[in-house]
Amino acid sequence: MLLLAFDTATPAVTAALHDGERVVAAATSVDARRHGELLAPAIATVLRDAGADRRDVTAIAVGVGPGPFTGLRVGLVTARTLAAALGVPVHGVCTLDAIAAAVSEPVELAVATDARRKEVYWARYRRHDASYHRVQGPAVSRPEDLARELTAALPVLGRGALLYADVLTHQPGPLDPDAAVLAEAVVRGEIELLAAEPLYLRRPDVSVPGPRKPAL
Amino acid sequence: MSRREVLAPGGFGNNGAVTDEPLVLGIETSCDETGVGIVRGKTLLADAIASSVDEHVRFGGVVPEVASRAHLEAMVPTVERACAEAGVRLADVDAIAVTSGPGLTGALLVGVAAAKALTLALDRPLYGVNHLAAHVAVDQLEHGPLPQPCVALLVSGGHSSLLLVEDVSAGVHALGSTIDDAAGEAFDKVARLLGFPFPGGPHIDDSARSGDRAYVDFPRGLTSGRDMQRHRFDFSFSGLKTAVARWVEARERDGEPVPVADVAASFQEAVCDILTRKAIDACRTRGVEHLLIGGGVAANSRLRALAEDRAATAGIAVRVPRPELCTDNGAMVAALGAELVARGRAPSELDLAVNSSMSVTTVVA
Ligand SMILES: Nc1ncnc2c1ncn2[C@@H]1O[C@H](COP(=O)(O)OP(=O)(O)OP(=O)(O)O)[C@@H](O)[C@H]1O
Repeated sequence: MLLLAFDTATPAVTAALHDGERVVAAATSVDARRHGELLAPAIATVLRDAGADRRDVTAIAVGVGPGPFTGLRVGLVTARTLAAALGVPVHGVCTLDAIAAAVSEPVELAVATDARRKEVYWARYRRHDASYHRVQGPAVSRPEDLARELTAALPVLGRGALLYADVLTHQPGPLDPDAAVLAEAVVRGEIELLAAEPLYLRRPDVSVPGPRKPAL
Repeated sequence: MSRREVLAPGGFGNNGAVTDEPLVLGIETSCDETGVGIVRGKTLLADAIASSVDEHVRFGGVVPEVASRAHLEAMVPTVERACAEAGVRLADVDAIAVTSGPGLTGALLVGVAAAKALTLALDRPLYGVNHLAAHVAVDQLEHGPLPQPCVALLVSGGHSSLLLVEDVSAGVHALGSTIDDAAGEAFDKVARLLGFPFPGGPHIDDSARSGDRAYVDFPRGLTSGRDMQRHRFDFSFSGLKTAVARWVEARERDGEPVPVADVAASFQEAVCDILTRKAIDACRTRGVEHLLIGGGVAANSRLRALAEDRAATAGIAVRVPRPELCTDNGAMVAALGAELVARGRAPSELDLAVNSSMSVTTVVA
């Protein structure tokens, strides 16, 4: 097998290949504004580094957010289109789950990423059977509200926690997801598989124009 | 379906063979239509479209985030529909073309990412192309090779430009463009004023059929003395829109009914008069004998009639693609891509960026 995994729901553009035994290639760069430019070359790089042909790929796993919409969509449309063109299945993984999968303690923690507009995307986890299980979320909240929600200064992993370390208890560790970790968790069956549907959690910003003043 | 194989000029076909009739898949997502077209050289094989326009109607205009979400959902089904329509497999495609600008950034990104995924999956060249040049190139699917040179009048909801086109695969020269609203935007705003739903262009066209074009003499922006020196080939429609609004308001204030068909016809006449006058003038001053009209507003019946009329008098031939090819679609992108392959132009890199304000002089990014 050859699993191609990637995630674009945070400032990181991360891609990895897993052959069922181990991660055979990985590439990550962090640039919140260039997902559209960086993802395809990152995929080409991991294929080349692994000496693999695109036709060797047997499955795709993609981070489905939550995350800023524009970057998130780059990953999803890439995953869906690649899967359709290669004729392989595509699995979604919650990006916050992928961040939690990078650590093994403490038993209870939360993960928060930057949702912009002074908010964070977050989820809460409990560890049992050697992996983290999401017990709350994903959701989007203001950091103050999240702090109130998370009793007893629960440690919070991720860039969202670092950004709002004044109100959240930032747990040192990975800030963004790593596709190598994501791929490993998928191969081991230690992460929940979702549909490749974006977790937007917010509705589009729109305003319906009022009626024209003098009515006809 | 036979593929004619020639030596040069020509791009790389499927098996590495050089061809001037490449099978190209084109993706368009610059605004609210998800378009996927497939052409073989200058032959249209498929033109699949999914539009999110219904989702925008209640907002009175295109909402970028709503359009981007719809592109994501529509992309793979539309690609599959195009392949089925064309009776080809993705693996047969020689090259992928995609609109990389100008347009809405978030919307463009969905199409460009999908095009790159196809490029990766199929190991074929990628062409990130200019939306406006694609509106010009599409005519090749209907009327054969573009006359060289020609003047192109592109009029849509987002653009109003006069272009001089020598070779659409090499570059396009901008003669002028709107300094405020696009022509289609003016149609949509006036339509709203007259109580028609979005997009209003077609409603104005319909309503105007029973109206008097000379009922109100609305102003023709940038057509008089001073303006003609500085803005000979530029357009301005915001003054016209305001004039229509003032006229309607005055009627309402006086408690009189608004003769909708007459206002629609008079407004439409002003727009079409300006567009055709300037387009013919551009052909004359440049010594060009061919005028091409494209973009959504090219569907307007009065614009077509007036252009035909005036061009005939001036000894200029007019080409207007059929309406489905005038509005945004994937076939136009594929048509331009096929021309680029056939002319041996260099493809784009995999790190291709979108450019919401791409200049018309850039054909391939
Ligand atoms: N018969 C018509 N008469 C006048 N305007 C029309 C007619 N049909 C369509 N239009 C206008 O054309 C515009 C739509 O053009 P098009 O489909 O090219 O989309 P667009 O998003 O505006 O294109 P672009 O991205 O190229 O700017 C709308 O403003 C619409 O009102």
